[in-house]
Amino acid sequence: MSSVAVIDYGMGNLHSIEKALQHASPEVDVQMVSNVEAIQQADRVVFPGVGAIRDCMLALDDSGLSAVIREVVQTKPFLGICLGMQALLTDSEENDKTSCLDIFKGQVIHFSKHMVDSQGERLKIPHMGWNQVSQKPHPLWAGIPQNSRFYFVHSYYAKPDDEIDTVATTEYPNEFTSALAKDNVFAVQFHPEKSQAVGLQLLKNFLSWDGQQA
Amino acid sequence: MSLAKRIIPCLDVDNGRVVKGVQFVDIRDAGDPVEVARRYDREGADEITFLDITATSGNRDTIIHVVEQVADEVFIPLTVGGGIRELDDIRRMLNAGADKVGINSAAVFRPEFVREAAEKFGSQCIVVAIDAKKVSKESEPDRWEIFTHGGRELTGIDAVEWAIKMVDYGAGEILLTSMDRDGTKIGFDLALTRAISDAVIVPVIASGGVGNLDHLADGVIEGKADAVLAASIFHFAEYTIEQAKKKMQDRGIEVRL
Repeated sequence: MSSVAVIDYGMGNLHSIEKALQHASPEVDVQMVSNVEAIQQADRVVFPGVGAIRDCMLALDDSGLSAVIREVVQTKPFLGICLGMQALLTDSEENDKTSCLDIFKGQVIHFSKHMVDSQGERLKIPHMGWNQVSQKPHPLWAGIPQNSRFYFVHSYYAKPDDEIDTVATTEYPNEFTSALAKDNVFAVQFHPEKSQAVGLQLLKNFLSWDGQQA
Repeated sequence: MSLAKRIIPCLDVDNGRVVKGVQFVDIRDAGDPVEVARRYDREGADEITFLDITATSGNRDTIIHVVEQVADEVFIPLTVGGGIRELDDIRRMLNAGADKVGINSAAVFRPEFVREAAEKFGSQCIVVAIDAKKVSKESEPDRWEIFTHGGRELTGIDAVEWAIKMVDYGAGEILLTSMDRDGTKIGFDLALTRAISDAVIVPVIASGGVGNLDHLADGVIEGKADAVLAASIFHFAEYTIEQAKKKMQDRGIEVRL
């Protein structure tokens, strides 16, 4: 039986992600873990998170989990979700600039407070609800129609330095990176665990992914 | 390509049962909130809200079991409101599988509670529910005040100012109910909805008064709501969520189909 470790570092509620992973692939052993050994032993790792980035980085540093994340992103299929995606960038504007894990070169920046849509209507922050995800080729999109809607809730977004790291974009109102990938690492700004059928399909794809880009 | 406006069915739950009547031909037990939630999920609801109206606090655990069961099989955002008074209430709801909690009276009694909740759990899961009632006379400019206890007690607090304050304290979303329109089926209070939506940066969910599908579209187009919430038009199977989305789409609104 293959196993997936969901990193539990006190940042938000893991109930949904646990249930969604179990639902997506009942044959996989889903473990909520907060210790280094369990993360090292798992076949795959999910790195979720909600809340503020500084608390997130402090929790990771205090628990010693930063080091193990840096280690496992080199070796096994790894999925970052929401704040767990943003934490993979170099740094974030949130909380007066916070240093992050620097696994993807780039910044995390705030949506402008003065955005309007094509009809001139003001756009709200957080970007909350179902928006379309425009995919670039990657095995984790298998079986998911192009431009499917996923559920988002965030006020900051990742801006990677290298365009090649972007494997999906979303418009609000300008295009931003809604998924990143490099080698065995995949990260999404939206919540697959709250995105009904397409989200479950993405999780299912991850749970059978060998970490190759094609 | 843009963000879809959301349709959110709301279930009023009393002692673990859906009240105000639910009638679906294909549901075995129309009072079972889990079955009703399952049905709304299949029809394409963008989120589901549970309002716990259980009067006795001793029976509050029943809503926790409802949320747990729904969260095991319905993978869209779930909000729970009603009786959220302490940080521990929020923790229990989130641990049961809720994604957001609605805070209403407790915010009025002690606004700092909203700040503490947002700091502890993040603004993304804190919905402040505002029950507003028009207090201005016909000849005066529109003015609304907030009410507590299901609309029985006037607070003297201006609804627009209150919404701004709650967002400042960390509310990630506002659930706005017109007490004048709730249950009337004559449509949302569009002036109220627009006044609040224009005043705050966070999304606003319009509630109270929906009687037909055009009302939902009006809430978005004229009220500038980011999401629309309704209970009875969906419960009585007058309309399905799919029909509601088609109507919104026909009127030029972006929806998730």
